[in-house]
Amino acid sequence: MAARRTERLLNLVICLLHTRSYLTAERIREMVAGYDEAPSDEAYKRMFERDKEDLRDLGIPLETGTNSAWEDEPGYRIARRDYALPDITLAPAEATAVGLAARMWSSASMSAAATRALRKLEAAGVEIAPLPEGLQPRVESGGAAFPVLAEAVHDGRRVTFTYRGAGDAEPVARTVEPWGVVWWHGRWYLVGLDADKSATRVFRLSRMVGEPKPKGPSGAVTRPDGVNLRALVSTYDAASPAAVAVIRVREGKGLGLRRRAVNVSAGPAGWDVIELTYPDAGRLADQVLPYGADAVVLEPADAVEAVVQRLQALAG
Amino acid sequence: MSGAIDALPRLLALVPWLLSHPETPVADVAKEFGITEQQLRSDLELIWMCGLPGYGPGDLMDVVWHEDRVSLSNADTIAKPLRLTSDEALALVAALRALLGVPGLVETAAVEAALAKLEAAAGGAFSGDEVAVAVDAVTDPEVVATVADALSQHRRVHLRYWVPARDEATERDVDPIRMFTSDGIPYFVGWCHLVGDVRTFRLDRALKVTVLADAAEVPAEVRQRAFDMGLFTPDEADRLVTLDLDPSARWVADYHPCEEITERGDGGVVVRLRARDEPWVRRLALGLAGRGRVIDPPALAADVRRAAEEALSAYRIISGSD
Repeated sequence: MAARRTERLLNLVICLLHTRSYLTAERIREMVAGYDEAPSDEAYKRMFERDKEDLRDLGIPLETGTNSAWEDEPGYRIARRDYALPDITLAPAEATAVGLAARMWSSASMSAAATRALRKLEAAGVEIAPLPEGLQPRVESGGAAFPVLAEAVHDGRRVTFTYRGAGDAEPVARTVEPWGVVWWHGRWYLVGLDADKSATRVFRLSRMVGEPKPKGPSGAVTRPDGVNLRALVSTYDAASPAAVAVIRVREGKGLGLRRRAVNVSAGPAGWDVIELTYPDAGRLADQVLPYGADAVVLEPADAVEAVVQRLQALAG
Repeated sequence: MSGAIDALPRLLALVPWLLSHPETPVADVAKEFGITEQQLRSDLELIWMCGLPGYGPGDLMDVVWHEDRVSLSNADTIAKPLRLTSDEALALVAALRALLGVPGLVETAAVEAALAKLEAAAGGAFSGDEVAVAVDAVTDPEVVATVADALSQHRRVHLRYWVPARDEATERDVDPIRMFTSDGIPYFVGWCHLVGDVRTFRLDRALKVTVLADAAEVPAEVRQRAFDMGLFTPDEADRLVTLDLDPSARWVADYHPCEEITERGDGGVVVRLRARDEPWVRRLALGLAGRGRVIDPPALAADVRRAAEEALSAYRIISGSD
């Protein structure tokens, strides 16, 4: 029965935390309530093995060792220092930030993990004041991929996943040495070395098909020095501005373009002329096209050409 | 079996929590732990049976009831909570960093201090290099901070706001009711005095915000409605539009809620989505020129074609006059 087992595990944790010396499996069987239910040595062994595994899965630091050199039967204990959350004191504004952060996740599993963490902090004496009314920042996890990848980065393990790139007709299997996971403009990205291509790549988590899998040993991946994850991700979607375009914008229109303009001056009657930096002609066209006849690129020629070509494709 | 694995971490948190929150009403404890009062009572009965080997009266944990309030004692061994597991540390650390990604929303120094303390307490938690956040550089942190201030002080703001669908700047007074972020962009919902209704504003489209001396006056039922509404959610009444998207325009399906997505087989997709209004979908379709096209309704497709021709003729006039 689940409750009986929970009771036994709780007693086991208390006993192993309390003991200073290592306790052998045999000693634990005698001491801890619940193991007397095991009908045989074999049954006890299985029971205890499973319990040990569960404690480790829950993150409880179970130590193995012997009390002296002449004992050969290993014993167990839990070091209090490794078990317990270290003392933590948060100023009211810091506690508010943590409280706000804990309710930011929109995915159920991350949200549950954040709530568990918050309860532990409160159990350790941190006081979370009522949060500011009406303030609700959100962070999405991008599905189950996020914790798996963050963990792989942390452990320095390679990952494999199926990925549908922007121009891919079919999803493709990838093997990546992960360097970091970056939140940018409301999305998570993985940055790393694409092992098949031996090149730095940025992957959007929402384009991964299914769940990524860690592969190989921990500590196998080392991030090269000087890698700037944020810069790699922000250049993934918008290459750094390289050129300046001159665009004629109808008065009172093209506000989205005007906001990014480096210069605005008066043009022919009813028009302004703005200057805009842009990474490449294709991206400039993406920005200008929605404004139709209200925004006309004057130069450079390759940008004009890019816009005209796409308008022709549409006008057919 | 899985019951024990779920229950043990809860009990190991419940014990220190009760020790640091003596005499808390049972209902509050249950709420805090997201369990029923009945479940809490059986948790407490179980705790009461556990303790140090020997299991005599001095060894077992004590649960003390005082009317509907509960306290705990004699639980020194597990008086401290178990350290954060890696998923717990990740959930807090990553969310705090995401909070830093929207400057102005909360005090940056407090978030950074909290992060540093948590990282120290979590011991080997995810570093800023492993789980990073690139800051939103589009939205003016001052605009965000101004609205956040007005919200906390219950003051009205004057807003110069860009409406992209109509490509116009509007001036309006708004009583802020709540702020949220979606896809990393900060928004606020407020009572808009220009339209006399609740509206949602994207702060990256706020051209200027000033806090006014007037107090915000929001009737209670409006406030409730503002909390219920958020981003554009497709309405059954909105018109369905079908778009045929090349692989390079697939992002549309990522960004907008679609009613239906059909794979074309070459990486492209055909999507059906609800249009907010005509100008919005027209601008979307123009921006997709050469990468995607409106299939249905045909009248909209023709309208977009006409707009493209009009734009093209502007280019002809200019090149002709050179």
